Amino acid sequence: MSGMLAAALALARRDLRAALRRWGELALPLCFFVIVLTLFPLGLAPERDTLAAVGPGVLWVAALLASLLALESLFRSDMDDGSMEQLVLSPQPLALMALVKALTHWLMSGLPLVLLTPLVAQAFYLPGNAIWVLALALFLATPTLSLIGAVAAALTASLRRGAGVLGILVLPLAVPLLVFGARATDLAIQGQSAAGPLYLLAALFALAVTLAPLAIAAALRISVD
Amino acid sequence: MWLWFHKLGSPPHFYRTAGRLIPWFAIPAALLLVAGTLGGLVIAPADYEQGDGFRIIYVHVPSAYLAMFGYVAMAIAAAVGLIWRMKLAFAFAAACAPVGAAFTFLCLATGSLWGKPMWGVWWDWDGRMTSMLVLLFLYLGVIALRGAFDDAAKGDRAAALLAIVGVVNIPIIKFSVDWWNTLHQPATLSKLSAPSMTMDMLGWLLVMIVGHMLFFAAVVTLRLRGEVLLRERGARWIRGVDGRA
Repeated sequence: MSGMLAAALALARRDLRAALRRWGELALPLCFFVIVLTLFPLGLAPERDTLAAVGPGVLWVAALLASLLALESLFRSDMDDGSMEQLVLSPQPLALMALVKALTHWLMSGLPLVLLTPLVAQAFYLPGNAIWVLALALFLATPTLSLIGAVAAALTASLRRGAGVLGILVLPLAVPLLVFGARATDLAIQGQSAAGPLYLLAALFALAVTLAPLAIAAALRISVD
Repeated sequence: MWLWFHKLGSPPHFYRTAGRLIPWFAIPAALLLVAGTLGGLVIAPADYEQGDGFRIIYVHVPSAYLAMFGYVAMAIAAAVGLIWRMKLAFAFAAACAPVGAAFTFLCLATGSLWGKPMWGVWWDWDGRMTSMLVLLFLYLGVIALRGAFDDAAKGDRAAALLAIVGVVNIPIIKFSVDWWNTLHQPATLSKLSAPSMTMDMLGWLLVMIVGHMLFFAAVVTLRLRGEVLLRERGARWIRGVDGRA
């Protein structure tokens, strides 16, 4: 048991260190996120009412696309240098290792996005209360997104040009997150309680955190051999 | 029982059996579809509220039904393929996907045609329509993922896993009409309660559903034979097969 835990911690430490040493790759999705959000006010008429109306939807879609961008690199380098084979061959349960990899990935790509949101939401004139609901909804939804995305990334890990397929696989499955997330933000803007959709987002996370690691592990086994 | 199962799994045996089965699906399908179309468009009475517009139900409901049935069938075949490493199950899943996608598209298209006169809009972002659209994307994802692999066996297994993951969408479609009480009307047919249609309308709908199912079976079997030929193209038994067999 403790061996399993030690392996999980070691993997998390290694992934974090490797990610921090290539921080350019980490910053790329965040830059993309901010730039997409800058383009919308420029493309639309920059009036307060219009921007406040489309703001939540735009923020959610931009967050989805930015996390899609980050997914590409999730298993790529491990597949290239052969460490993925070692993970698959190791006696530790692959589902646990997959969970660790997906959550470290979230720590490095999803969490910065969540932290950035209160800042960029100001540009869309969202009311103060709604900004916190939005950040909370993103905080609940982005780990689920990382887990769903990891399934798709694992399926396409052995493909040389997997990026196009990745979008087709992830985005349909991300629809419930977008629906409930945007709904929570809308309710908060109208001054109502956003608890319902937030609970649903939390439930989706619980579902993903229990089932997705098994799917990721199965997909990695297919990709490796 | 197991002998039968193993025999069915052998490509040459399956190829011959499927060839014999196709007429048994195709001919009743043609008869039922012609009868159901006549019955639905001409004989069944016009609806009290919707007039003749409701008649599109005779295509819409069967195709919606098959869109979901096709996905579940594909996912079950995918699971069978992954668990028992049965090549024929993967071939079935591959044959099923485009047909199911076509029915999903047909369902969305007829629903849109039906929505325009009844609701005044071609499209509305309610739960059922959106989840049906997601089903179409899932089908396309499965097809695209299989196509993206150079190694066909690997593509089969990856697509199979994706098909199984996508099954979460099916209950969402099924219950979306109850959960989100929006434009789309509740289900017409239900096992537990009396159908919300009179018998002279319902009878033809059932004829159409059975006709569509047999048509689906015929097309999938035909495609499956093609898949088997494609996958076994190096095998010796193929030499004995000519176009007429």
